[in-house]
Parts: sequence; C-alpha cells; structure tokens
Amino acid sequence: MNFKLKDIGPQLITVIAVVLIFGFFTYNAQVNMENRGIDFGYGFLSQEASFDVQFSLIEYDGSHSYFRAYLVGLLNTILVSVIGIIIATILGIVVGIARLSSNYLINKFAAFYVEFFRNIPLLLQLFFWYFAALRTLPLPQDAESFFGVFYLTIKGLYVPAFVWENFNVFFYSIIAAFVSIIFVRTYAKKVQENLGKQTPVLLISIGLLIILPLLSFLIGGVDLSFEIPKLKQLATTSFVYDGGLSLPPELIALTLALSLYTATFIAECVRAGVQGVGKGQKEAAASIGLTPNQVLKLVVMPQALRIIIPPTTNQYLNLTKNSSLAAAIAYPDIVLVFAGTALMQTGKAIEIVSITMFTYLSLSISISILMNWYNKKIAIQEK
Amino acid sequence: MFKYLKQLTSLVAMVAVLFTFTTETMAAKKSKTLKNTQKKGFVRCGVSQGLPGFSNADAAGNWTGVDVDVCRAVAAAVLGDANKVKFTPLSAKERFTALTSGEIDILSRNTTWTLSRDADIGLTFVGVNFYDGQGFMVRKSSGITSTGQFKNGISACTNLGTTTELNMRDFFNSKGISYEPVTFEKADEVVAAYDAGRCDTYTTDKSGLAAQRIKLSNPDEHVVLPETISKEPLGPVVRQGDAVWEDIVRWSLNTMIEAEEYGITSANADSMKTSDNPAIKRLVGAEGEMGAAFGLDNEWNLRIIKQVGNYGESYKRNIADTGILPDRGPNELWTKGGILYVPPSR
Repeated sequence: MNFKLKDIGPQLITVIAVVLIFGFFTYNAQVNMENRGIDFGYGFLSQEASFDVQFSLIEYDGSHSYFRAYLVGLLNTILVSVIGIIIATILGIVVGIARLSSNYLINKFAAFYVEFFRNIPLLLQLFFWYFAALRTLPLPQDAESFFGVFYLTIKGLYVPAFVWENFNVFFYSIIAAFVSIIFVRTYAKKVQENLGKQTPVLLISIGLLIILPLLSFLIGGVDLSFEIPKLKQLATTSFVYDGGLSLPPELIALTLALSLYTATFIAECVRAGVQGVGKGQKEAAASIGLTPNQVLKLVVMPQALRIIIPPTTNQYLNLTKNSSLAAAIAYPDIVLVFAGTALMQTGKAIEIVSITMFTYLSLSISISILMNWYNKKIAIQEK
Repeated sequence: MFKYLKQLTSLVAMVAVLFTFTTETMAAKKSKTLKNTQKKGFVRCGVSQGLPGFSNADAAGNWTGVDVDVCRAVAAAVLGDANKVKFTPLSAKERFTALTSGEIDILSRNTTWTLSRDADIGLTFVGVNFYDGQGFMVRKSSGITSTGQFKNGISACTNLGTTTELNMRDFFNSKGISYEPVTFEKADEVVAAYDAGRCDTYTTDKSGLAAQRIKLSNPDEHVVLPETISKEPLGPVVRQGDAVWEDIVRWSLNTMIEAEEYGITSANADSMKTSDNPAIKRLVGAEGEMGAAFGLDNEWNLRIIKQVGNYGESYKRNIADTGILPDRGPNELWTKGGILYVPPSR
C-alpha cells in the first residue's frame, strides 16, 4: 500500500496541478470577459460574413457565412501546402542527389543553393519574392506572352482555362488507367517471384496513362477547348486580363518562397539518407551483377528512405505551418481570412484563435499519420 | 416620546444610507485604471504603426499626431506631464485585443466608431477626434476622375480587419462591379503593393490616403477621388467596465476642443485664469471643482491646454502644417461651419 502511494502520489499531484492551472485560467478568462460584457460562443459562425476574399477555391462572397469564410481560408492553406510540398519534395530530391554528384559544378551549385536559402529567414525571402521580384514584372498591357497564351504580369499569372465536354468520361478513363496499372504491377511482381522474369512495368504504365484517356477523346465523346485570357482595358493606363484562369501573385510568391526554403532541408535529408547506406551494400549489390540503376532502386533507396522519411515529415509539417506567413503578403489563407478579418469583424478572439489552432493541429496530425503509415510500410519487415 | 423615536430612527437610517452611498461612490471615483496608471507613472497608449498626422514616430522615436495628442492630454491630466506616455504601435488586427486584454489603457489609433464595436467586443468609444470618410486613390495617368468610371475586374488594395473592407464590398456591390480585394495586415505593405502596380486603386479613410500618399515613390502621380463612400468617425477607445477612466479620456478630448472654442491656447492659458467668462475660468481650473469627480486636482484641464494645446493647435501642428489635409473640412468647430461640437465643461 505504501509502495503504491509512493508510485501514484507524484503523478496524482501533477494531474491535480495541471487541472487547477487550466481551471484558474479558464475561470479568470470567464470572469474578465463577463466584466467587460464580452459574450462567448460559436453562434457567429452562421452569421453573414459581409467581406469578400480575393481568391477562393469554392464559391464565396460576402453574403456567405463566417463558417464558409473559414472553409475558404482552410482550402487556400491546404492548396499552398500541397503545391509547396510537391515542389519542395521534387526539388529536394534533385538537389540532394546533386550534392552527391561527382561533377564539381553540379555539386558546388547544389551546395551553394542549400546554404544560401536555408540560412535566410523565410519571412525575408517571402518579402523578397513578393515585393522585390514582383516589382520587376510588367504591367498587364506591357506583358509579353509565353506561347501566345500565358501572361506573367504584376497582377498575376494568367493561363488558359480548360473548357471540358463530357469531363466525367475523361475522369473515368484516368481512374481506369490507374486501376489497370495497379493490376499490371501486381501481375508483374507475381511473374518475377514465380519465374524470375522482369516486365517493363514503367513503360506499360506510361502507355496505359496515355492510351486510355486518348481513347476517351476518340470514342468517348470527350472534347477539350481552351479559353485564352484577353487583355481588357479598365482605364487609360489600367488593364487586366479577362477570361482564362488567373493565379494571384501572392500565391506564386508564397509557393516559391515556401518550396525553395523547405527544399533545402529536404535535400539535406536525402543526402543524409543516401550517405547513411553503407558503402559495402552498394559494392555487394554491384558484385552480384546488378546494374547501377538497379543498385539505386533495389538496394540503396529502400534503405535510404528509412532514414529520409522521418525528418522529411518534420519538413512537411514545417511547410504547412509556415504557410501562415501568407498574412504578410495578402494571400488569403486561414490566418488572414479567419484569424484576421473574421476575428476583427466579430471580436471573437478566443473562439477564432482556438478554432485556428485546432485546425493547424488537425492538419499537422493528418500529415504525421499519413507519413507514419508510409514509413511503416517501407520499414524493414523482420521475418 | 415613542412618536419621535420612530422619526428619529428613520432619520438616522436615512443619514446612514446617504453616508454609505456617498462613501461608496467616492470609492468608485478612484478608478482602477487611474490608480494603476498613477502607480506606474505613465499612460499606456495604443497607436498606429505609422500614419503621418495621426500617430507617427520620427527617427528619434518621438511620437506626434492628433491621435498621439489625445494620450498626451490624458497623461497631462492624470500625471501632470504630457510626455509620460508609453506608446505601443499596433496593427489594425491587434488593436482591440491589446485593449481588452489590458496591454494598453487607451486605444487612440484612427479607429472608426461603429455599433458592433461599441456593443459587442467589450469596448467603449469616448468621442470623435476626427470626422473622416472612406475614399479611393488612383494613378493620375489612368484618367479616372470619379468612382463612376470603375469597371469590372478592378483590383483594390486595402488594410485587413478594418471597416474599409466592409464598406468596399457594400460600395462595389451596390454599383454591380466585380472587384479583386487585396488585403494586407500593415499599411506600409498596402502602400508598397499599390505603388508597384499590384492594384488599380487604394482605398481607406481619406485622411489615411492623404497621409500615405506622401510615402509613395512619386506622390504627384496619384490623386484621391472626390467621392466619399462612408462615414468614418474616428476616436479614442477604452475598455468597458471603468466608467471613471472612460470619463477622464472623454473629457480630456472635450477640453481640447472646447478650449479652441473659447480661444484658450497653450500660450495664453495661464492668463485666462483672470478672464471674466466663467466658462473659460472653469476650463483653466480657476472656478468650480471640475477635477474632483474624476479623483483629480483642479488644474487637470489647464495642464492639458498648456502642455498639449487646444484641438486647433494640435490639428495645425500635425495635419495642416505637414501638408496632409490643410483644409479642416468637417473637423472645424461648429461655430465656424464644421461639426466639432462637444458638451460644455461645467
């Protein structure tokens, strides 16, 4: 009995202390808010927001609710995080491998890139891309087009918009392509295990991805046309592009800054991972007659990935959280739209900040779970 | 005998009630914020991050502006020295939280007085120190001379979390014009983006446009359009729940405006003590007990006028002489065709 109390006692005291501290802060906030006549509640979420947002993935204007404004911000955060993660990963892998290259120029250039971009504060880089690089872009009326259809101007990047007919058929053909690729891969693996015969899976996959959607155009009645942006005059010296799709410069600057910055860290993870695989492993693989490509694919990468994935997960989380710097350059992410404008207009500071914190927490945990699942999948299975 | 006893006890009771009532109100007069301020020795004042004419810091860190002068007036009244103010620069987004959380005691930051702000978020507006309205600035070269020439697809830069954002929507919606709102947290970022050509127009309070125009790379290439699309009464704000502090800030501002009305300036304030006009004598602490109600001495208002000056002096020093808005417009006294009109100090 005495022994047990000694065991539980300190833990019990800790729990009580934590509960008391939280209770005190909650009570304190309650009393102060009551004294100042501030209501607490989430009812405002269904009220009309009555402010507009520059850029939204879903239909939104000021007549929608604050909750819808929250969704707009959340989706914009997810959009920039996903694009940022994809670009940062590709760039990180390329640069990480380039740093291991025996080519002097490639090696040094990659090293310079990593050292330069990871040692400058992200906010500063963001300001550079937005305020310094943006200023050098032409006004819409002076912009030279790329291929006659793309226009990069100070007001944004204008690209042709797709106008689909029978889009669903095209969509199904893509799904069909992916399903058949999975089928081919499983089949090829079986063949290799049973007969030791190799199948060119990559070539077949690419072929499937091209042929099936192409068929949907030829016999599925799918049609695609483009809406090309056209210059429109607003006033004597004020122009804008109309039609097509416009990507705001805020999104471009934010994506650039986030991915260039995070890619340096991912590159270092990749380098560490590849260098972490013992030299003997490569030599042993080569000695049994594997080609250099096979050595990389079958021996080095599977082992390197185990070292690369956990720290890279951290970088993905960092990128997602760093996207909140968007507020500095007017990209309407969740911090700007919800924890900014909506907070200001409703004055519901505690409610909105808590929702925003909970949102980032959920986003980060989702990424963690996904990456842990992948990590487990590629981990060495002890038999 | 018993007849009188009953009357006597009721009399005693009445006196007792009256006495406790007065002691209670006397205690309430000593406001918590006032006590804390006097203990600390400085007034904690929230201002903008740099709006020439309203609240702007020079290279040496000295704050000037009409909003700054309101805080200085309060410091002169309660601490006896207009320089005993600690200024906290705040963005539009941070300002109300800073006030309700107790980080500052006065928010004097070109803040528009609206119903929802006054009623919802635990704040109280004490008055108006600048009557403003929202306007638009465009490039002269665009050839736009009126908001009637705005067309679909126009992009408008503005500040985040302001009434401007809401007015802008009301305005463009009522005209049926589709627009692209680009909102920044800091005013300097709005100016930089507009200057770079990111937006076709920059919209905020007209006083703000006039003040920010100076910061543009070439101010002469820009023009503020004549239309005003909203009412923006700007004024100092205090936390709800300290009525005495609220009154001190309100009457510090009122004193500055009324002093101008009676021609009392920082230069002649002392000599006005011997004036024949009782209204003037009350304003310089030579008659009546004007400070007692706040728990202050009798010369609190004299100190404001001597150290900060009257409203006209403050306007001239900060807004007119700096070339921001030489014409006082509605911010002229009611006796001179404006709408500045404050209740009498008596």
